[in-house]
Amino acid sequence: MPEKPLVKSSPSFFNNPRNRSLIYQFLLLIGLAYFFYGIVSNTLANMEARGIKSGYDFLSTTAGFDILMSLVPYDATHTYGRTFIVGLLNTILVSTIGIILSTIVGFLMGIAHFSHNWLIRKLAVAYIETFRNIPLLLQIFFWYFAVLAALPSARQSMSFGEMIFLNVRGLYFPGLIAESGAGIVYGAIAAAIAGIFILIRWAKNRQNETGQQFPVLSTSIGILLGLPLLALFVSGFPFIWDFPALKGFNFRGGITVIPELMALALALTIYTGAFIAEAVRAGIQAVPQGQREAARSLGLKESKIMKLIIVPQAMRVITPLLNSEYQSLVKNSTLATAIGYPDLFTVFVGTTLNQTGQAIEIVFMTMAVYFVINMSISFVMNRFNASVELAERN
Amino acid sequence: MKRVTSVIATSLAIGLSFGAQAGTLEDVQKRGNVSCGVSTGLAGFSQKDEHGTWSGLDVDVCRAVAAAVLGDASKVQYKPLTAKERFTALQSGEIDILSRNTTWTHTRDTSLGLNFAGVNYYDGQGFMVSKDLGVKSALELDGAAVCIQAGTTSELNLADYFRANGITYKAITFDTSDQTRGGFESGRCDVLTSDQSQLYALRIGLKDPASAMVLPEVISKEPLGPVVSQGDDAWFNVVRWSLMAMVEAEFLGIDSASADKAKAEGNPSQKRLMGSEGDSGSKMGIPAEWGYNIVKQVGNYAESFERNVGTGSPLKISRGLNAQWNKGGIMYSSPVR
Repeated sequence: MPEKPLVKSSPSFFNNPRNRSLIYQFLLLIGLAYFFYGIVSNTLANMEARGIKSGYDFLSTTAGFDILMSLVPYDATHTYGRTFIVGLLNTILVSTIGIILSTIVGFLMGIAHFSHNWLIRKLAVAYIETFRNIPLLLQIFFWYFAVLAALPSARQSMSFGEMIFLNVRGLYFPGLIAESGAGIVYGAIAAAIAGIFILIRWAKNRQNETGQQFPVLSTSIGILLGLPLLALFVSGFPFIWDFPALKGFNFRGGITVIPELMALALALTIYTGAFIAEAVRAGIQAVPQGQREAARSLGLKESKIMKLIIVPQAMRVITPLLNSEYQSLVKNSTLATAIGYPDLFTVFVGTTLNQTGQAIEIVFMTMAVYFVINMSISFVMNRFNASVELAERN
Repeated sequence: MKRVTSVIATSLAIGLSFGAQAGTLEDVQKRGNVSCGVSTGLAGFSQKDEHGTWSGLDVDVCRAVAAAVLGDASKVQYKPLTAKERFTALQSGEIDILSRNTTWTHTRDTSLGLNFAGVNYYDGQGFMVSKDLGVKSALELDGAAVCIQAGTTSELNLADYFRANGITYKAITFDTSDQTRGGFESGRCDVLTSDQSQLYALRIGLKDPASAMVLPEVISKEPLGPVVSQGDDAWFNVVRWSLMAMVEAEFLGIDSASADKAKAEGNPSQKRLMGSEGDSGSKMGIPAEWGYNIVKQVGNYAESFERNVGTGSPLKISRGLNAQWNKGGIMYSSPVR
């Protein structure tokens, strides 16, 4: 019996779902590419037609304006490219201060939420509920226009031991000017930090092997203070004190913290701290009650239970939340523009954009910067998250 | 395939709809109002009263254009802008005219895609200090903290002036002129710098105006005027000549009270400006009585000046450079003919 001809099993090319979806995706891609090409080419054509300059040549042109605060040498003779660097560093500075301080405030307040002391517990709740619910811009204005602007004028400064001064223009404290030989001291500080890391590792290994604990904290502080002090004596104090002094209108010399930075850092810290406190609270509550009871039955102290049992487990919940709080903080720092703190947004998207008129280039560069900063934070926090994750058996 | 076709058709349509733009003059006539960028509040130049009505020297330019094009000076939509926002608003077509005490400079005229349609106030940058400082000259300001509005020519002039004189300062920047005044009052800075006209306006707003004084130095030339987008000559002409008409009316001795008389029985130049002779309006594509509407509804330049910044206002600024050319100033209009 001759075999029946096989039924044609494969559908036609266009009826194959796989092929169809590939074709649709390909066409969509072409459509999207055309759409963006249209936007870009039309923008360029329109700008050309209206006589608006484009390109990045402006970055090497002299800026001609001054910036209130700069971490690198800057004056009006530097270029617009330099204003980008100045603004970027100021953004990184206020974000770093904000992230460190808000983490400290957030953890303290989050843990205080579980305190057995009624007053501390209620204060933590009041702090979280108040500052979480007030718009950040309002808080910045509060610190800048209500609190810091009420400080006395330069000539009636508050003085702390004639060395530290606080007035409406900022906080002034003595600085150190390095002379030759200062390298030894810097080296000693670096050695101290490296030594502490080694000590921590050694103490941990020792505890794992013998069960004996080593007073890591007090020893670390000793190393951190002792080694540089020793270096200072050996090298004969290669620094000159630079005291702030009232000359003419303002204090000169020493280190100045401008009120714009204080107000912004304070507002970011307190606002983000409240959110972090909530994240910490959520993380601690997510740890099963049985863990705490088990730790108690082992006879651990309450402070040890928190440090060794609760917080490490809570970190699994807290870390992803911290990541997004840190990213928000960096983005929120652009509110600097409201009080004139010279961050990237104020300096570059504000003044530089206005003086050059090159909005598209400048906004693009600035968006790229915030994108990169936040991706870096995300990268670091994801690595950290991986280290605190529950180690599952595969 | 039908869906795919429609996707392509849509994206083609989006692609083709880019770029098409009509002239501003037709847009304004179709829309029935002039969109005008003004300051966020600057006494004498553009400020809003308690009823929400805008007034000021810069506002009068917008009103003159509305009167010329639409026959009604009140058909203006005001958009308050900070110094930082103003050029972007004009470049993006959000406003038709920028009339916001804006200095005419080479960079702005040549690289921002803008055209300055004329000058409605000749200004110069100065300094305001608190009287208790005991400062008599700007050269004594070494080490001072200076409050300044961000994104202005003042910011650049200030840097130039202090550098040229070898003295140092700290620039404290703010977004609006009100915030600048706030900084000055709270003592954040010793000095406030801006165009002189603004200094007088800001000084009036201080809690105690007598406590501050304006230093004698004028460190820059600041010709302020209305700005339009580059590449729209018809609209540029309308704005330029609306401003000219106010100055010309003063020169010809026509004010809002005498506009009717000048229109009916004036001399030939007066009649040409008032539109009862010649065809000056149709050459610009606007009503023949454009000049009459401006003078009747807004007034001539002298009326506008005295009402907003001169003797009729708290600012009490004298005409100075802004007087007519035959009276010691440099305000000069080309003839309407």
